[in-house]
Amino acid sequence: MVKSLHRSFVAAALVAALAVGMAAPVRAAESGPHAAWMDWQPGNDVTNTASLQRGAANFMGYCAGCHSIKYVRYSRLAEDLSIPEAQMEKLLLLPGAKKGDYITTPLSAADAEAWFGKAPPDLSLITRSKGSDYVYQFMKTFYADPSKPTGVDNLALPGTAMPHVLSALQGVQEAKFKVVEKTVDGSKVTEKIWESFETGEPGQLSAEEYDAFLRDTVNFLEYAGEPYKAKRLSLGVWVILFLLVFTLFAYLLKQEYWKDIK
Amino acid sequence: MAAATDSAAGKAGFRAWLNKRLPVDEFMESQLIGYFAPKNFNLWYFFGSLALLVFVIQILSGIFLTMHYKPSEALAFDSVEYIMREVEGGWIIRYMHSTGASFFFIVVYLHMFRAMIYGSYRAPRELLWILGMLLYLALMAEAFMGYVLPWGNMSYWGAQVIVNLFGTIPVIGPGIVEWIRGDYGIADSTLNRFFALHVIAVPFAIAFLILMHLVALRQTGSNNPDGIEIKARLNANGKPVDGIPFHPYYTVKDVVGVGVFLIFFCGVIFFVPTFGGLFLEKPNFEPANYLSTPQHIAPVWYFTAFYAMLRAVPDQQMGALLMLLAIVVLFFLPWLDRSPVKSIRYKGWLSKIFLAAFVVSFIALSYLGLMPADGLYVILARIFTAVYFAFFILMPWYTSIEKTKPVPERVTYHG
Repeated sequence: MVKSLHRSFVAAALVAALAVGMAAPVRAAESGPHAAWMDWQPGNDVTNTASLQRGAANFMGYCAGCHSIKYVRYSRLAEDLSIPEAQMEKLLLLPGAKKGDYITTPLSAADAEAWFGKAPPDLSLITRSKGSDYVYQFMKTFYADPSKPTGVDNLALPGTAMPHVLSALQGVQEAKFKVVEKTVDGSKVTEKIWESFETGEPGQLSAEEYDAFLRDTVNFLEYAGEPYKAKRLSLGVWVILFLLVFTLFAYLLKQEYWKDIK
Repeated sequence: MAAATDSAAGKAGFRAWLNKRLPVDEFMESQLIGYFAPKNFNLWYFFGSLALLVFVIQILSGIFLTMHYKPSEALAFDSVEYIMREVEGGWIIRYMHSTGASFFFIVVYLHMFRAMIYGSYRAPRELLWILGMLLYLALMAEAFMGYVLPWGNMSYWGAQVIVNLFGTIPVIGPGIVEWIRGDYGIADSTLNRFFALHVIAVPFAIAFLILMHLVALRQTGSNNPDGIEIKARLNANGKPVDGIPFHPYYTVKDVVGVGVFLIFFCGVIFFVPTFGGLFLEKPNFEPANYLSTPQHIAPVWYFTAFYAMLRAVPDQQMGALLMLLAIVVLFFLPWLDRSPVKSIRYKGWLSKIFLAAFVVSFIALSYLGLMPADGLYVILARIFTAVYFAFFILMPWYTSIEKTKPVPERVTYHG
């Protein structure tokens, strides 16, 4: 019995490992040739309330002018991030908004399309559909490209209609590319492969300060994508602890009943 | 003392009153206490009761989701976010339901695999197996329609692909597709009818089939890891010598299984609810958009083995047919197996190799179905599809020619 149980556990563990292993290549397959910036991670933590508060201020100051987070209410935000209501009203509330409102943007979709060619997307779920890493990489890989109407292009989202809103903070970096000639299906194609970023026009923040700024902002967007995430993690620990104790007692009860089975 | 006697008498009185009108005790006696199950069940035997548990979890969590969900093109996606954010405990209920869907397939696949290794589909349990297969089909329909309801972009495009499969039926195909959708495309009417089928029609069918599955099980009795009939050896009381009353022995044992299962289940709900994009796919956090196709359209992991077979064939009609055959062939398992023994323990090495190849091919196809359909992936999918079918088609041959081990008279039990 012990031996067969052992074997079954090994089988179950194998199935679980395979399932997890399947998830990783799915993500890898989505991107093309691998580049160093694709591994950049914000290193944020949704249980860090101070970081979330700074991130909320960053978002309302730099992003909310064009992007909504239409599933998040001001009041809920203040409650979740331990921001006193008076302070929230003074620092975060957009003109004309009430504290029970959802966080929408003053930019109308029609104006946005006229100005940028595309309405800026709602960011409530951006960290869930694209991932926190993606948002972080997107905000770090703007580079000068005078051929674009906004003067910049982006590695994570080439051809993006979005101007580099944080250029005052980060500055505008220059990208160094290696030009490679390849033959695809008989015709010659030139491909630009990104090598590194170099400081062009400097900004108000140092590279470390800009990283910290993004870490807080991405952290806030991760909160906006799943407001109960911190609660989910902390509650989960208690649930699992309870189940461990429950299972132990269930096992002892089973042993008691089964001891007379020969 | 007098009070105690009174209350005991009162209880007995109520019980007698009740049993005269509803056979509660008789049911307990005949179905649980008097029902003898083999004493040598191992870990594989937990998954039947766990499948029932997941069914109950899905029904209960589903009821609460239905209270807040709005089955309309305009409101469905927002209403799911409303549940996740503004309904008290809504996120737990929604994650229970979405995780429950994947865990339903995990336990059902393990339950089916158990039947395959110990020959539980063999006579006299052919109908038990067929009822189980019908349950699997109903579960597939239930899961597919449930996946459409959040109206994310993958819901929309997944529905597009799967509903269009019916269009490959000759002559009547296009008409059927239109009839299923209720529109010229996947639209509000499709969502609304999938909701009706998902919350009423299919769950009723599943509940009925579960009942039939259990009644058939009570009729034949459970198989066991040795694949021998415990009813063949009875004691003086007419009970199987290797059998033990289902209650309390297996009820108390199944509770341990429930505990271990819930640790895994809650581990996913609270720590990895999207399971790296396998249980809840990333594109489904964007609302349905008929102008923007996700980079790779793939169904959820539990369908990807069949999806890989579909894409392995260049012709879509033949691919759909092959996919259908892959499921239909499972119904014939009881008649394909010609071995004199039931359990893999006593079968020869040919059966063991083919079964292992089948498991590898099913897992490999599930993986390939998640990958883009090009180059090496398609070639591998073709190879594993061939292996999948070889397991069934060659079964009458390899189960009848191989040398089997002698089957013991009594079940193997080490206490």
